[in-house]
Amino acid sequence: MHKEFLMGNEAIALGALAAGVNLVAGYPGTPSTEVLETVAKRCGGRAYVEWSINEKAAMEVAAGAAYAGARAMVTMKQVGLNVASDPLMSLEYIGVKGGMVVLVADDPGPISSQTEQDTRTFGMFSKVPVFDPSSVSDAYEMIQEAFEVSEKYGTPVIFRATTRVDHGYEALEVRDAEEYKVCKPEGFVKDPSRWVIFPKLSVKNHALIEKRNEGLSDVFSEYPRNVIRWEKGIASEAQGEKKMEARCENGSEAGCKKGIATHGANYGYVLDSVGGLKLRVLRVATPFPFPEKLALEFLSGLEEVLCVEELDPVIERALTYVCGKYGLSVKIRGKKTGDLPLSGENTPEIVAAAIARFLQDGGAGELADKDASIGNATAGGIAEMKLPEPPALPVRPPVLCAGCPHRASFYAVKMAMKGRKTIYCGDIGCYTLGNAQPLDMCDTCLCMGAGIGIAQGVYHTEPDTKCFAFVGDSTFFASGITETINAFYNQAEMTLVILDNSTTAMTGHQPHPGTGRTVMGQVVEKVSMEKVLRAIGLTVVETVDPLDYKLSVETVKRVAEEPGVKAIIFRSPCIALTKPSGRSIVNLEKCIACGKCIRELGCPALVLGEDGKKAKIDTSLCTGCTLCEQICPVGAISGGSKNDTQTVEKTMAETNERKAFEEKKAEQGGKKDE
Amino acid sequence: MSKNIILCGVGGQGTILASRLIASAAMKKNLPIKTAETIGMAQRGGSVFSHLRMGEGANSPMIAKGEADLIIAFEPGEAVRQLPFLKKGGAVVVSSRPVMPVSAMIGKSVYDASAMITYLKEQVEHLTIVDADQAAQELHSSKTLNVVLLGAAIRSGELGLDASEIEEAMKERVPEKFWDLNLRSLAWSK
Repeated sequence: MHKEFLMGNEAIALGALAAGVNLVAGYPGTPSTEVLETVAKRCGGRAYVEWSINEKAAMEVAAGAAYAGARAMVTMKQVGLNVASDPLMSLEYIGVKGGMVVLVADDPGPISSQTEQDTRTFGMFSKVPVFDPSSVSDAYEMIQEAFEVSEKYGTPVIFRATTRVDHGYEALEVRDAEEYKVCKPEGFVKDPSRWVIFPKLSVKNHALIEKRNEGLSDVFSEYPRNVIRWEKGIASEAQGEKKMEARCENGSEAGCKKGIATHGANYGYVLDSVGGLKLRVLRVATPFPFPEKLALEFLSGLEEVLCVEELDPVIERALTYVCGKYGLSVKIRGKKTGDLPLSGENTPEIVAAAIARFLQDGGAGELADKDASIGNATAGGIAEMKLPEPPALPVRPPVLCAGCPHRASFYAVKMAMKGRKTIYCGDIGCYTLGNAQPLDMCDTCLCMGAGIGIAQGVYHTEPDTKCFAFVGDSTFFASGITETINAFYNQAEMTLVILDNSTTAMTGHQPHPGTGRTVMGQVVEKVSMEKVLRAIGLTVVETVDPLDYKLSVETVKRVAEEPGVKAIIFRSPCIALTKPSGRSIVNLEKCIACGKCIRELGCPALVLGEDGKKAKIDTSLCTGCTLCEQICPVGAISGGSKNDTQTVEKTMAETNERKAFEEKKAEQGGKKDE
Repeated sequence: MSKNIILCGVGGQGTILASRLIASAAMKKNLPIKTAETIGMAQRGGSVFSHLRMGEGANSPMIAKGEADLIIAFEPGEAVRQLPFLKKGGAVVVSSRPVMPVSAMIGKSVYDASAMITYLKEQVEHLTIVDADQAAQELHSSKTLNVVLLGAAIRSGELGLDASEIEEAMKERVPEKFWDLNLRSLAWSK
């Protein structure tokens, strides 16, 4: 064992390696991305790792490996599970041979997602067992246990963490590489009665799954991470009979009529709030199948329970069900009773305030004194400073970076289509930020790849509208190709604009099939978007550098008039992958203070100068993209220079080399510590 | 000893590296350490923060309002945004240099940074204002604002770590050719 300071996702990755994982596949998505990247960095040849084209492909690749007896993991964010739900729903009926963990990162808030869906609920729907870690160190151990449960019961399991666990950091003890479990897959054994899904097999397996999950509920009641906690320590830490005694002893303690049931990151908030209080706390680490027997013990003797949950009221519903089933008269409170917010991320103060209110209203008995102090502390009384209203805070929605080529692409289309009836359908990625003022170039955004279908639907409804679909390079490969075929074959009229910055930028620059490299560092044949589009049948496919403003506007004007589905590929690398090519400077003699550059581009590097009228360029942000130089009506800005293709290739190669070097160093660092 | 520290600023200002330096220094002292950070879409020019809890007794990395011992702010407006987290008598270290949001530049919002500094002066007794422009001029670099702020945080006495501990952590994370600049930045004060 050795100590490391790790991000939750890194800890999950090292835990999977310690469990002997043989294959990991996934698609990037915040807050899940670092899991797969860390496995790739730290596996030392122990595992096969890939960024798949999308989550569905990743799920199927992992399933294949698990069929052959390998331990496999598939990683994604919560909305990625929607894409992968087709294989997962069926896979639960078929089962696996090697342990298979479906790692899904949920995003309460949401901080970086379209929805606030709760993967615990998805587990119930798909009948797949779910693990819900509470902290970084908890997640490290729990992922190893998840592999064991999966393999033992022949079912995929969901490992569902949320942002505060995924992106939290802790210093923790982790195993050395020599201590890792070694899993040698047996290989795929042919057996059509097992691996081929037919209605007859489905109905048989459906019943078996329901039975197994009933059994798992009992198993999970004994799982030490599902815990009833008393103020003086964790009751169920002791094993066997002693454990039961310990629980009963606590349950019989006088004055305890109220309990709190919680999960995930909220468990920490609850413990931080209840110090010194005689409260019974239930932490549910496996929300599905729900540990019913443990819940019964928890409920025994209580009058009221507050469920402190994020996203769906999963525990609240389960406890309400348990009370009904066993005829218990315990009042179950939570989201459905208005005690906790229905949406958004919980914070320590939301949780503390909810607990204080819960303890204050009636029947708190000897807890009353302590309640009062909590109530005051959390209602903004004791600890918190009483602050007067501050001046108007700066409004900072996320924006496209200074020099981002997407800004140039959006601006070119906007200028080319000025005065026309248009719709700009956006998609998922950095370029969703094209919706912000002043660009205002994203009329719709729904889910990965949806912009193309939406543009088509609008065309069939109002054919006089110029329909545009903007899609990023990674998103095009993930889910834009089938949509393009659909639009082409069904005779739509629309312009497909691919914003190709040669990386999956939003999630931290992962490779995709257009980049010619893999997460394992191999250099491979690129998939050409132009060839894909032409193979579908598109005859107009134009590639242009968006930082060439005039050419870009001309291209859009021309291409948009062509019939059918046509494509423009705006190709210019993400600014994070290339070095700045100089800095632009405003010549104050020439500047007429018209404000056009600031007002129309919204580039973070363009600010008002000292006089409050003329433009000034923040040289620490400027990349020298020259877009502002090209639109300045009096030519007052100069100094930037567009990277030529050779320089771009060179700096990108350097970036890749540096990445490879850092990864090697990280791996060595890991070894050194062992 | 236990300390609750918040680092805040605008995406891209280097709050994460500063938080890592504090964490490594704490780890060397064998102090338990938990942190939480903003990663992802919100990083793109948005407000960012790190919560950092050092020492025994923290069950989660998140700090509740009114419980931070120290706020290290890379930007005046962001200091004010996080101020409700400061405990009574807590310290604030703030860079004087504002980062203007795009929305203010195109006239869609208003941002008066000097009003932020005035407000901080009125509300916070234990306040250190770091003149970021002067520091950049004297150090011939604006890239080490995070280390300059860390230096001021050490001298505030609320960081719970001393300069040699941060220096040691820095030397492990920064290439040797930048050590001198970083050491001068750590020691810099007006």
